[in-house]
Amino acid sequence: MSEVKEMAAKQERQALTGNEAMALAMRQIEPDVVAAYPITPQTEIVQIFSTYVADGLVNTEYVPVESEHSAMSAVVGSAAAGARSMTATSANGLALMWEILYIASGTRLPIVMPVVNRALSGPINIHCDHSDTMGARDSGWIQIFSENAQEAYDNMFQAIRIAEHPDVLLPAMVTTDGFIISHGMEIVNTLDDKTIKDFLGTYKIPRNLLDVDNPITVGPLALQDFYFETKVAQADAMMKAKPVILEIAEEYEKLSGRKYSFFEEYRLDDADVAIVVLGSTAGTAKVVVDNLRKEGIKAGLLKLRVFRPFPYEELKEALKHVDVIGVLDRSDSFASLGGPVFSELRAAMYDMETRPLVTNYVYGLGGRDIDLHMIEQAYRELLEIKETGKVDQYVNYLGVRE
Amino acid sequence: MTERREMPIKKGQGWKTLPHGGIIPEGGTAEHFMTGDWRTNRPIHHRDRCIDCMQCWAYCPDMAIIVEDGKVVGIDLEHCKGCGLCVAVCPPKVVALTLTTEAEAKKND
Ligand code: SF4
Ligand code: SF4
Repeated sequence: MSEVKEMAAKQERQALTGNEAMALAMRQIEPDVVAAYPITPQTEIVQIFSTYVADGLVNTEYVPVESEHSAMSAVVGSAAAGARSMTATSANGLALMWEILYIASGTRLPIVMPVVNRALSGPINIHCDHSDTMGARDSGWIQIFSENAQEAYDNMFQAIRIAEHPDVLLPAMVTTDGFIISHGMEIVNTLDDKTIKDFLGTYKIPRNLLDVDNPITVGPLALQDFYFETKVAQADAMMKAKPVILEIAEEYEKLSGRKYSFFEEYRLDDADVAIVVLGSTAGTAKVVVDNLRKEGIKAGLLKLRVFRPFPYEELKEALKHVDVIGVLDRSDSFASLGGPVFSELRAAMYDMETRPLVTNYVYGLGGRDIDLHMIEQAYRELLEIKETGKVDQYVNYLGVRE
Repeated sequence: MTERREMPIKKGQGWKTLPHGGIIPEGGTAEHFMTGDWRTNRPIHHRDRCIDCMQCWAYCPDMAIIVEDGKVVGIDLEHCKGCGLCVAVCPPKVVALTLTTEAEAKKND
């Protein structure tokens, strides 16, 4: 531990917005290729990165493309050619990439992309919710959520290592909450360039298009005879990403002193009621947990960091002693059984011998503020459910006018 | 027809051993696929008129013009899709390639 502290001491403390932290991480990653198109609230990331390119601080081929569809297509090409490749996007930009998201993962290209979460239109909205990346949850991309700018910075490097790991070879999204994190300034501890370079190593994929001595065909037809096998191999790689995520988190902790896992447990050990949440809202919820604890209420929190691969076994283990769980979803599935985090977590718990009661809160759509009061209200409802032993309503909308 | 190499991916191969992401770890594997049966038109090569300018060889998208010792000796009908490009690029004063229907050509096979 003393070694960890010593390493952590070498870091620089900077005041950065989430976007600045991610752009800085990209400078330190120094990808071979970045192809990007601006979209609020992500624009700053690639804009700041383009100044690094213009100032000669990075040796990156920067391709300003005409759309997000082209951005993702360009990085698919460059990643297949053997270049470490990145892009960034938000909301409708991610939606425009949709077709190529599946091609990137299906072709097993370890592209890493910051996604600054923003509501999908319509009505048009530029503020945070998770409807964009939640829609892409079955696209075969690893999805890592960040609570704050520090986590966004740290997750970027880990995502590169996870994506490029020979057992994985899958693309990865690192998300932040639009405006709340992307434009909010915080203290971020940053590592020096050399430490990052050594941690990342060089990009290597088993086969690349520019290896003229070993020609390959990328993206051929695979019909009834081979498509299914390709997809099962992809699912297997996603499962294999789980131990890799933990291994790399441990390695990164030795450099940074900061601990990462599939999720963070906050005062969860002895909790009677708990909230499960992704992203920046976890920070607000922790304050509520502390306040309730002062009243003697055993409230806890689980902040999910890795949504894909979905760590269902570990979640079950971490939550099995809790009486009532409230899952906060920042996106809706419109008359499915609750939001995506809720329905997946609830399904994961189905075969437990004694399972917690679970209810769902859909909140913060289109950037609607979520405050201490609303989260406290949710916890108090969980306590009521604990009393009655009954969940009356699966989906509750938190903070909406009727 | 030159001898065919072995296909790097085997029929019936399972997901555990297949290369990642549908990649075919070798070039030129199109020779394993008999695209000739897609054909509705067939080019006929007239050796007696041919000046071996290689226009047809350069333009054929399926590498179906068979050349030996610098001379066009025929068309690989297992792969020729009958697009007619070779016929179009054969110099007009030469006309060493003509196009006929597959049905018509079959009568003389
Ligand atoms: S018809 Fe088309 S495919 Fe056939 S030999 Fe001519 S150019 Fe090639
Ligand atoms: S284009 Fe015509 S003349 Fe030239 S090589 Fe081909 S068949 Fe012969």
